[in-house]
Amino acid sequence: MGDAPKPLLEVTALEKQFPGVRALHDVDLTLNQGEVLAVVGENGAGKSTLMKILAGVYAADSGSIRLEGREIQIRSVREAQAHGIALIHQELNHASNLDIAANIFLGNELHKTGFLNREQMHAEAAGHLQRVGLEFPTNTQVADLAIGHQQLIEIAKALSVNARIIIMDEPTSSLSQRETRNLFEVVNDLRSQGISIIYISHRLGEVMELTDRVVVLRDGENAGELVKNEVTHDAMVKLMVGRDLSQFYQRNVTEPGEVVLEADRLRTSAHPHCELSFTVRRGEIVGIAGLIGAGRTELLQTIFGVTPTVGGVLKLDGRELSPQKSVEAIDAGIALAPEDRKQHGLILQMSVRENANLPRLRVDQKFGAINFKSEMDVAHETVKKMDVKTPHVEQVMQYLSGGNQQKVVLGKWLAMNPRLLLLDEPTRGIDVGSKQEIYKLMEQLAASGVAILFVSSEMEEVLGMADRALVMHEGAITGELGRDQLSEEAVMQLATGSQRAA
Amino acid sequence: MKKNTLGIFGLFVVIFLATAILNPDFVSGYNLQNITKWSSLFAVISIGVAFVIITGGIDLSIGSVVGLVAVVMSYMLTIEGFSPSLTVFSMLCLSAFIGLVHGLLITKARIQPFVVTLCGLLIYRSLARWLTDNQSLGPIPRDDQAGFVNKEFIEGLAAIFKGKIPITETFNLPTPFIFLAVIGVMAAIFLNRTIWGRYLLALGNNEDAARYSGINTDAVKVIAYIICSLLAGIGGMLFAFELNSVQPAQTGEFFELYAIAAAVLGGCSLRGGEGGILGVIIAASVIRLIYNSINMLGISSHLEFAILGLVILCGVIADESIKSVMAKRRTAQVNAAKK
Repeated sequence: MGDAPKPLLEVTALEKQFPGVRALHDVDLTLNQGEVLAVVGENGAGKSTLMKILAGVYAADSGSIRLEGREIQIRSVREAQAHGIALIHQELNHASNLDIAANIFLGNELHKTGFLNREQMHAEAAGHLQRVGLEFPTNTQVADLAIGHQQLIEIAKALSVNARIIIMDEPTSSLSQRETRNLFEVVNDLRSQGISIIYISHRLGEVMELTDRVVVLRDGENAGELVKNEVTHDAMVKLMVGRDLSQFYQRNVTEPGEVVLEADRLRTSAHPHCELSFTVRRGEIVGIAGLIGAGRTELLQTIFGVTPTVGGVLKLDGRELSPQKSVEAIDAGIALAPEDRKQHGLILQMSVRENANLPRLRVDQKFGAINFKSEMDVAHETVKKMDVKTPHVEQVMQYLSGGNQQKVVLGKWLAMNPRLLLLDEPTRGIDVGSKQEIYKLMEQLAASGVAILFVSSEMEEVLGMADRALVMHEGAITGELGRDQLSEEAVMQLATGSQRAA
Repeated sequence: MKKNTLGIFGLFVVIFLATAILNPDFVSGYNLQNITKWSSLFAVISIGVAFVIITGGIDLSIGSVVGLVAVVMSYMLTIEGFSPSLTVFSMLCLSAFIGLVHGLLITKARIQPFVVTLCGLLIYRSLARWLTDNQSLGPIPRDDQAGFVNKEFIEGLAAIFKGKIPITETFNLPTPFIFLAVIGVMAAIFLNRTIWGRYLLALGNNEDAARYSGINTDAVKVIAYIICSLLAGIGGMLFAFELNSVQPAQTGEFFELYAIAAAVLGGCSLRGGEGGILGVIIAASVIRLIYNSINMLGISSHLEFAILGLVILCGVIADESIKSVMAKRRTAQVNAAKK
């Protein structure tokens, strides 16, 4: 590889604006031939936006992209492919009813005047499969493959369009340890074949192992770059959050009070064969770690009554509770800030005032008439207490930034004075400043006696905020780690199912 | 007033003035009275469908409900000789029950609103024809019919449903307008000042988020379908008295399309979550106004639907473009505030 004189890809001063949020500002990035470059940053730092621009999913507002020194325009996924850039999405998007060959050539089918040329597609697909180390017959249905293999099919698909730059967006977020090792081998293979890879991950351990160079983004801007032996865990995190870690996650663990939530052999509809038993105490912050698809979100949804339990007992303050609807959970004193804020947490087209009051309208009404005065009071109070940055309470939610939206979600639940607060990826897609405010709020709520149970895919968040962490793998709780036992290695071992704690 | 409502009101004024200038007969008391009457009748059923559209649903059965209620009411009043007050009460129950069934099929059996109400359209129309052997009938009994004993009472009802209140020498206010005023005010209060109205708007925008906020979305949706069918039923009774002769195969036919057109032109988005009562009422009037203007200006009545279609299309396009301009301006404001 040596000191490449001329980078393969050179991005300069990229800008991208979404309604209400500046996703990228003055971002630079260079990528050399045959290099594995990691792009890291907190949720919402702009990594995905940057990659989607390179892959032609979004168009940049301004800035330049040079390929081998020549300025190029990427206006569509097709144009990106034509330049040899392929993106492997975090959520795999296969036509899972079709076979491997059909998926590899999806959108680029080989044909003779409209009729599919099956033989040639299968023959070529077999070649691409070999390059990623797979040995399945090319007429295997993709739905029958394990998730890790499906990922490799995506890579084979990228190779089929002669990709020179392959972008992998959190490729290991739902892979087992073995599948992850397998992927690393393929990545190293591709590197030796001269293919450049941009690797996006939250797993800093993986980043250290796999990559030559790390670019850190923070709140849509370049936060720094680390090369070779500078690439350490602490150095990356420091650049990601832009301040000292001890300052970022402030958690004064106090002795927890009585048990608020108790799950006894609880079974959820997503993983009905797994029995989950755990407790959350007053004033305690309990984290749930695990891979995507481990059943963490489903657990919170079951506690909140979105999906009814299949079996087992759930107790709140010692009283049995089996909510069939979220309203029952809410009346019992439970609140949930869901993972998908835009789909489940907020009504984006409605105002701050209306959103902040949605759960509490029911308890503050006379014969169905809305109490407009107290509604307005609560809206102003929420904005003030949560420090929501909005010009006025009538602002429509969709024009606020992710961080401010999340504050409104939390505010609408705090107006209900919950006993138990469930947070599903509480800081997904929000800026570092808002993140810190949300951590502070969690800390304050715990100090005031609220029991908090949160799900997070961000290792730092679990390590920094949890008094205790439950780790889930394939629907089961594989272990529980106290604050002094918490480490990335310990969590990952339990999360990937490679070790089961006693 | 919302921007959209202002726009549709502007359209109303423009068409009104243009027709008045081109044909002075347009502003005669008799003609205005006519427009008021038909506008009110259609506005009542349009308000109903607006509630359903706000939830993101649709009701295609309105015209058939109008037809069925008109037929069953006339049948009960004249041929069976039922008590008129019992008849009116049962018509309210019948239409509310139809709405309840629609709502339950949509929320509990998870069948799409389009399918449920399309089947309703077919079923109710067919029932109306079967019940009467497709013979036309009216609400006022003849002297050889069983209902003749109640004739005076029924004529009293007719005076309420199709009466005229003298305002000036040439203009009498048709009583359907009173119905509309009462229903319109109640509907506006329900939509804007009660928690259920707020829930309707919320679930129309994002049903999942509404459910996650503890709203019983299914119940609220069922209420919307009940309101819709109930207002169609009230419309059916009003139309029956107004027309005085009910044709089981025709009365109310295509009324769902007029109602949906009025709701959409009046600012309800078929995506759900948006809409206001005043806009719908004005839009229903605009549609009747266009119909009347075409007659008054001697334009071929065959062009009625074409003109109506174009007006609605332009209205919706204008609405969407205003929205996107507003959204851009808002984004710019928010960004400016940040810097």
